[in-house]
Amino acid sequence: MKSYSNQRKVSLFFRYLLLTILAILWLIPILWIVLASFSYNDTGFISTFFPEKWTFQNYIGIFTNSQFPYLHWIINTLLVAIISATLSTFIQITVAYVLSRLRFRLRKPFLQIALVLGMFPGFMSMIALYYILKGLNMLNLGGLILVYVGGAGLGFYVAKGFFDTIPRSLDEAAELDGATRWQIFTKIGLPLSKPMIVYTALTTFMAPWVDFIFSGIILSTSGDPKTYTIAYGLYNMLSSSKGNATAYFAQFVAGCVVIAIPITILFIIMQKFYVSGITVGADKG
Amino acid sequence: MFKRKGHVPPTASYKEVWSKGDAADKLSFFFMGVSALKNKQWAKGFSLLISEIVFLVWFIFSGVSALSMLSNLGENKTKKVVFDQAQGVYVTKQPDNSVLILLFGIMALFLVIGFICLYVTNLRSTRANYIKKRDGKHIATNKEELASLLDSRLHATLMFIPMLGILLFTVLPTVFMISMAFTNYDRQHPIGFSWTGFQAFGNVLSGDLAGTFFPVLGWTLIWAVAATATTFLGGVLLALLIESKGIKHRKVWRTIFIVVYAVPQFVSLLLIAQFLDAQGPLNTLLQNWGWISGPLHFIDNEAAPWVARLTVIIVNMWIGIPVSMLVSMAIIQNLPQDQIEAARIDGANVFQIFHNITFPQILFVMGPSLIQQFIGNINNFNVIFLLTGGKPMNNNYNGAGSTDLLVNWLYNLTFGQQQRYNASAVLGILIFILSATISLIAYRHTTAFKEG
Repeated sequence: MKSYSNQRKVSLFFRYLLLTILAILWLIPILWIVLASFSYNDTGFISTFFPEKWTFQNYIGIFTNSQFPYLHWIINTLLVAIISATLSTFIQITVAYVLSRLRFRLRKPFLQIALVLGMFPGFMSMIALYYILKGLNMLNLGGLILVYVGGAGLGFYVAKGFFDTIPRSLDEAAELDGATRWQIFTKIGLPLSKPMIVYTALTTFMAPWVDFIFSGIILSTSGDPKTYTIAYGLYNMLSSSKGNATAYFAQFVAGCVVIAIPITILFIIMQKFYVSGITVGADKG
Repeated sequence: MFKRKGHVPPTASYKEVWSKGDAADKLSFFFMGVSALKNKQWAKGFSLLISEIVFLVWFIFSGVSALSMLSNLGENKTKKVVFDQAQGVYVTKQPDNSVLILLFGIMALFLVIGFICLYVTNLRSTRANYIKKRDGKHIATNKEELASLLDSRLHATLMFIPMLGILLFTVLPTVFMISMAFTNYDRQHPIGFSWTGFQAFGNVLSGDLAGTFFPVLGWTLIWAVAATATTFLGGVLLALLIESKGIKHRKVWRTIFIVVYAVPQFVSLLLIAQFLDAQGPLNTLLQNWGWISGPLHFIDNEAAPWVARLTVIIVNMWIGIPVSMLVSMAIIQNLPQDQIEAARIDGANVFQIFHNITFPQILFVMGPSLIQQFIGNINNFNVIFLLTGGKPMNNNYNGAGSTDLLVNWLYNLTFGQQQRYNASAVLGILIFILSATISLIAYRHTTAFKEG
């Protein structure tokens, strides 16, 4: 019996060892990103793991940089995120509710068409969106909100999976009591979907903070950095052709760290939802 | 596919409505909403009538021209110098802007289709009113009609705004881009272009782009298989390791790995590219330790194509395994333990249990999401774009680098020097066909589809 428990202890030791090694491997690059933000640097290159000279100047610099108005980017993104999250959540929840709880003639065709539309690569529509927004004279933050909200109707899968799990007998009982469908929606459906509303609001709120492609195409025409959102602003900071970007590389890293912290925390809080999002989204409507 | 279950055919044909209906019913065939107005369904009647008037006015004044210009996408294809009679001077005339003509033409097409749908709705409601009157039943009043929008027709009310958004921001752009694949919209024809049928498809599949298309397609498929398989396997193994007996603080371990995925990709990938750079910290460290004499080229222009490709797959494991682990953990916690117990009693070792019981069970549950991940990886623009930007460049390719996927090439063709918009539209269609075929075949083979 003793050898058995010894064997188990050895096995546990090796498993802990393996986990620790993996954890270190996974965290090293993240650690480096944080360290790099504290390194004094003006060459545009950080070639050591630990900073050769520690400084907090990058964090001060990124907030006071006149060429790259970081604070404007945060405010812009916050504005876009709040408006688009409010509208997108409303749209996603209603679409999911309708497709899950109501039965009507075009329901099945709609689900099939949504599935087909989802298979076209997202960029394909960008040229068209660019011209549509240009025609509406909306190549600005408003247009960006429109794009985010306009696409929200097709992001109903997670919420629909949630509504599918609520027993239908609830609706039927209410219907027998003479409630209209609108009353069932507002008095039963919406109160029950509170966790889903929170999840949808958070995901739609986070989207503008990490999207650098759509925002880049829509906002880059203005050429005014003050109108950028954070993701495109930072991306542009590194890839801008002005050639001055390299001098601000360490500031760029600091800017990334500042913005990555809240997003990372939000995501860690939401990880449970995220799992159900993946597994639910997997089975088709 | 579009067959309606339990659909009871109406008890009157449109022919009967036309021949036996009263004047208002007959008029409804020409003036939408007359029958509704006669039956005092004011809201419905007026909205139908007004939309018809608005549509007809638009159709006569701009719809017709928008649709007719769709046939050749504008008369003037090239810049011309013409004599202006009014001013008496020669002026350069810009070619017609085919992009806008195409866009407005498709919008006009959508409006016409929408109007036809509205017209059918009008006929339906006329018929419903006719049947009710004929059978002596109660015809819905204006108030009841409006109330039905919140009850039996709630779906129409709630879906109206979302549908508008989908039509304008997803369907319209998609149709626009599909039609662009059948034109010669490229750098030589940046303003005025015309329909050229399947010529652009020919360019991609057998013309000057074929030499890029097939290798890039091959790499895209290899990448999708490798990326999906490595992250899935790695995730399952990592999840099993964390969930194995005796490990404490599972939540902490899980969170450590999740942090990597939670960091926004444009941050983590852009900086990993720096980390792996020839002058980056990894090379400096390795050199300082004396493991290598010169810098290793992982993903820059001097890297060997297969080194860069392998690096991309490994970095993708770094990002992808945590998510896969998260999902696998949720599944492992819900796996029935009795089979594993039984196998253990029968003397199966850990690897036999994993190979014969745990792994097949996880695969079964994760089947559909694996297909989604595979499709997602075919379209995994971010990883390549942010990490390598397609580097190292490949001289045999036209507008793509060695690590570029089809979507990245599509992006380059549109926004890069090439400006071959028609070719990028063709690529989009081909990617769609690829994704659709794979998911169709795969879904047919998974049980989740049949149960759903």
